[in-house]
Amino acid sequence: MNGTGRVKDMLHLYVHYVSLNVRSAMQHKASFFLQITGQLLTSCTTFLGIYFMFLRFHIVAGYTYSDVLLCFSVVLMQFSLAEMFARGFDTFSGMVRRGEFDRILVRPRGEVLQVLGSKFELTRIGRLLQAVIVFVYGVFAARVHWTALRVLTLVSMLLGGILLFSGLFLVYAAFCFFTLEGLEFMNVFTDGGREYGKYPIDVYGKRMQQFATFIIPYTLVQYYPLQILIGRSDNWVYALYPMGALVFLAACYAFWRFGVRHYTSSGS
Amino acid sequence: MKKYMSFFRMRFQMGLQYRTAAIAGMTTQFAWGLMEIMVFRAFYAADPAAFPMTFEATASYIWLQQAFLAIFAAWLLEPEIFDCIVSGNVAYELCRPVHIYDMWFARSMASRLSRVALRCFPILFVALLLPKPYGISTPSSAAQFAVFLITLVLSFLVSVAFYMWIYVLTFYTISPMGLRIMVASVVEFLSGGGVPLPFFPEKVQRVLEFLPFASMQNVPLRVYSGSMSQMQTQQAVALQLLWLIVLVALGRTMCDRALRRVSVQGG
Repeated sequence: MNGTGRVKDMLHLYVHYVSLNVRSAMQHKASFFLQITGQLLTSCTTFLGIYFMFLRFHIVAGYTYSDVLLCFSVVLMQFSLAEMFARGFDTFSGMVRRGEFDRILVRPRGEVLQVLGSKFELTRIGRLLQAVIVFVYGVFAARVHWTALRVLTLVSMLLGGILLFSGLFLVYAAFCFFTLEGLEFMNVFTDGGREYGKYPIDVYGKRMQQFATFIIPYTLVQYYPLQILIGRSDNWVYALYPMGALVFLAACYAFWRFGVRHYTSSGS
Repeated sequence: MKKYMSFFRMRFQMGLQYRTAAIAGMTTQFAWGLMEIMVFRAFYAADPAAFPMTFEATASYIWLQQAFLAIFAAWLLEPEIFDCIVSGNVAYELCRPVHIYDMWFARSMASRLSRVALRCFPILFVALLLPKPYGISTPSSAAQFAVFLITLVLSFLVSVAFYMWIYVLTFYTISPMGLRIMVASVVEFLSGGGVPLPFFPEKVQRVLEFLPFASMQNVPLRVYSGSMSQMQTQQAVALQLLWLIVLVALGRTMCDRALRRVSVQGG
């Protein structure tokens, strides 16, 4: 197969996986709609939480309500998009324990694609929908004066964020090769990244900011480019920072490869 | 009663086996607690006068919440119960000479308690060692501590009674996922799991205090941190009792009704 043929084939397979998942989700319609509503509600309550806090405080670490709103909506969007595509890794522990990964390995397709496709969570569209709503609202409420640089920054933030969170999901899954069990602690970095990423990271103090730059580079997709969006800086270099997430993703992928090589079937 | 006690014991002992999971869980909860406190520290620095309670009380609230998370966490439901409803294995459970509601109630209590038993002490211990405004403060009097324990037990029972509703409702929806996510997000928010209830706008707070959700988590945490007057406390305890009775009575009736029309899946 030549290059384009292979990409086409991969896409075709992915779409097929998605359609399978959609059809199976539609078998339990009531539950499916409840799930979407649930996703919507989860983000709504986070949003309300921020709103209530700002009714009381008006400002935190120099950020106004609209700054935080913008930050929250961008992070939520990053996370929701990453989750849409990469959440298959989240249920990966079950796959390893049941020995299903053996089947994936013997098939003539990439294992990442198969894991991704096997669990396409359609219901997370609910969260994405919410993210879009909050995002549009946030952008208007923050009265961002859109310049070419800021639009570029935003796009770059979204891309970088997707890469970063996908990398985290991948690491989460890769740990299962060694522990057979999803590590609860990783939630601090995935769900926690979304939950606590709603405030610009310098709110948490200097030490946390260092951790979020050098260990897991949240600041690259959140804090630094955000400075451009809220008009605190117009250093265009910050707009490129999110691309640093590529390096992070590459490291995560290397860890995953290491895990695959290390994989010994759990039998059954 | 003896039957239910042994269900409770079985489940409790099983829960105690998962010690590595408990260590992982504790580290996670500790990280969440720290992040939460850092957020509040930033808000406190912005405007200390807008704080509805002292910073120490807020820190205590957060640590207690983390330590006793398993008592009221909405996402800690029994997967086995859902599985048995979805797969149809519930038929076997129905053959037993016990009331299924009571059995599941005992079971939920046991698994939540075993989780708390493993996790609360180390978290509380470390929180006690933390420097002054960030750690947990000791209760002001023995009497206050006693009231805290009473409200904690009540909130535990109210929580279990509330979550029993989800199992019962699963008889109708079959696939439990949607219901779980929805309930988890709403309960979490309305019970003060995200932002503590005292930080809500006053009017919203006044309404929420009457709902069962406040009885599930907010009351004991606030009693401990001493941010409730005696009158408020008495009222809160009365409400907890009321909700407990209402939830159990209604839940049990609903369970019986669901069982009358249950159709078992699979063969």
